Amino acid sequence: MTKLNTFRSGVDETGHFGIYGGRFVAETLMPLILDVEKAWEEARHDDDFWAEFDYLMKHYVGRPSPLYFAERLTEQFGGAKVYFKRDELNHTGAHKINNTIGQILLARRMGKKRIIAETGAGQHGVATATVCALFGMPCVVYMGETDVERQKPNVFRMRLLGAEIVPVTAGTGTLKDAMNEALRDWVANVEETFYIIGTAAGPHPYPAMVRDFQCIIGNETREQMQEMEGRLPDTLVAAIGGGSNAIGLFHPFLDDDSVNIIGVEAAGHGIESGEHCASLNGGRPGVLHGNRTYLLQDEDGQIKDGYSISAGLDYPGIGPEHAWLRDIGRVEYVSATDVEALEAFKLCTAKEGIIPALEPCHALAYVSKIAPDLPKDHLIVMNMCGRGDKDIFAVAERFGFDM
Amino acid sequence: MSKQPETRIAKRFKKLQDEGRPGFVTFTTAGDPDLETSVRILNGLADAGADLIEIGVPFSDPMADGPAIQASSLRAIKGGMSLRKTLGIVADYRKKDDETPIVLMGYYNPIYIYGVDVFLADAKKAGVDGLIVVDLPPEEEAELCLPALDAGINFIYLTAPTTTDARLPRVLEHASGFVYFVSITGITGTRSAVTADVAGHVGRIRAKTDLPVAVGFGIRTPEQAAEIASVADAAVVGSALVDQITANLDDNGKPGPGTVDAVLGLVKSLAEGVRGARKTEKAS
Ligand SMILES: Cc1ncc(COP(=O)(O)O)c(C=O)c1O
Repeated sequence: MTKLNTFRSGVDETGHFGIYGGRFVAETLMPLILDVEKAWEEARHDDDFWAEFDYLMKHYVGRPSPLYFAERLTEQFGGAKVYFKRDELNHTGAHKINNTIGQILLARRMGKKRIIAETGAGQHGVATATVCALFGMPCVVYMGETDVERQKPNVFRMRLLGAEIVPVTAGTGTLKDAMNEALRDWVANVEETFYIIGTAAGPHPYPAMVRDFQCIIGNETREQMQEMEGRLPDTLVAAIGGGSNAIGLFHPFLDDDSVNIIGVEAAGHGIESGEHCASLNGGRPGVLHGNRTYLLQDEDGQIKDGYSISAGLDYPGIGPEHAWLRDIGRVEYVSATDVEALEAFKLCTAKEGIIPALEPCHALAYVSKIAPDLPKDHLIVMNMCGRGDKDIFAVAERFGFDM
Repeated sequence: MSKQPETRIAKRFKKLQDEGRPGFVTFTTAGDPDLETSVRILNGLADAGADLIEIGVPFSDPMADGPAIQASSLRAIKGGMSLRKTLGIVADYRKKDDETPIVLMGYYNPIYIYGVDVFLADAKKAGVDGLIVVDLPPEEEAELCLPALDAGINFIYLTAPTTTDARLPRVLEHASGFVYFVSITGITGTRSAVTADVAGHVGRIRAKTDLPVAVGFGIRTPEQAAEIASVADAAVVGSALVDQITANLDDNGKPGPGTVDAVLGLVKSLAEGVRGARKTEKAS
């Protein structure tokens, strides 16, 4: 591991984490990106901004989310003590709302009148449509045609919340194409529109900004673990799509040498099958969607589609801070397959009475591998970043259950 | 302003100036709808009236392009087109025409994956004069712009209606070849600009640089091309040409026998439009 004084100094003034990140956008957008950066710099040093954020986190989102000792799973694994950080209990059922609240506060501060977003699983779309309803702003959500088909309940939720859903047929009709389309909308509507990106990726300042909003997860965990166990956790585990829930949990602990940190990518049918969305484990550095990061791509630099049973992990890239943390060795990145995630889904539901989203099931699958061999006083925190309501149709199909 | 590589671009704009007329620039995608047809189109462009040729390098995720060019990119990729093969097309073309400037237009990732230094050497050798890389603003100039200038290739910057007067000097700092003014805030092939607005923006740019200014995005007809060319140094047409290709595809995506003639016919009438335009004097 590269030894640094701090792993938390964030991003440099040109928007890079090491060689990753940056601002690879068209000139039409560049002035806007600089505006967002300037507004964010001001907002993040403004106590009033954070006071409003904290108020909404507490009274609207329902934070702090509990840190829960998963006693029956701990028993089942027979090793480390497993805790869940229960962000699935947030309003709208995932960690995504932490970020959308933060960004819409910034959008309003900048005087923007219209919100756009991309979504894969629909969780970020729902979280965006929700805050748009709350703040009375029109909302347009871009969603790949394939995802519109496989995430019908969330599509309906977004419509109920007043959002306009634009099914994206361009490219291959999945999350990356939805993001392309959102960027195209932004280029065409620069003055009045704010783009709420759903993960810790995209051009600077998005990766750092989204992380700062999601850090509420890790900051609470620190305090709660102190209360419950009187010390820091030993291992943190989180699922990685674009990396926002993971960086939110990890970042406050990056400088604590004793804390072992693990991100779990989706291996789909297995890394060797080529059908996965593990950018760090099966991709290489490239430039897409405004940043340099690890990407799934072919030898000509054409971007490949990701595959996972979990629509929320199905992105061919990853936030640039993770790319950097991987290269310097501070965080370990592993993967879990569809089958392993489904096993974890069943286990969690049966043992804990918690129906998890398929995304954190990937994290749990990895916990189930390492927990048995760890000592009983080893403390693992896994980010339960979403609830499974949205996934019951996909899971029913896999289990051959006719809804 | 940094050093300006001497390429066919400067020579061509000098010639246009001597002739007292604006230039006409075409954009088509390498390998669209297939390798053979795209090469036949390319081979006919200069005779049909193109003064400068932009060749699109296909990319899977063309963020600044509308449906027409997106589809053309995907057709080309499906047919096996790549950056390497695009350079091969240019090298072949140079055997017949060593004067018409060729500019590659695309996105950064294929170049990054090819390897910047190897790419620049190969591109120079193939006879490429300039690069337009949509997702490399001046903030990322160290990636490719500065190395390209060292390698003797022009790096052409895009400016947009959103590029303020305060920002323009930053964009123009290392601009070379010409300046490409994107006439609309939007993606390619979606709407057209108002000529009076374009004239204002071109004036803003000319006040800050001696480089020629080409205007593109949203020019579809000979009339529009003539109008825009009358307030700029060149007019660029892309989506309208690509639409001609699309219109000539059969149900299996194969180009009909009239495809090349249809595209070159449109090039001809656009070029005539531009040639008929009275060029306004440079304002500076
Ligand atoms: C519940 C849940 N977890 C995780 C993710 C993946 O995103 P990220 O890696 O940014 O947390 C998503 C995305 O939709 C999600 O809905």
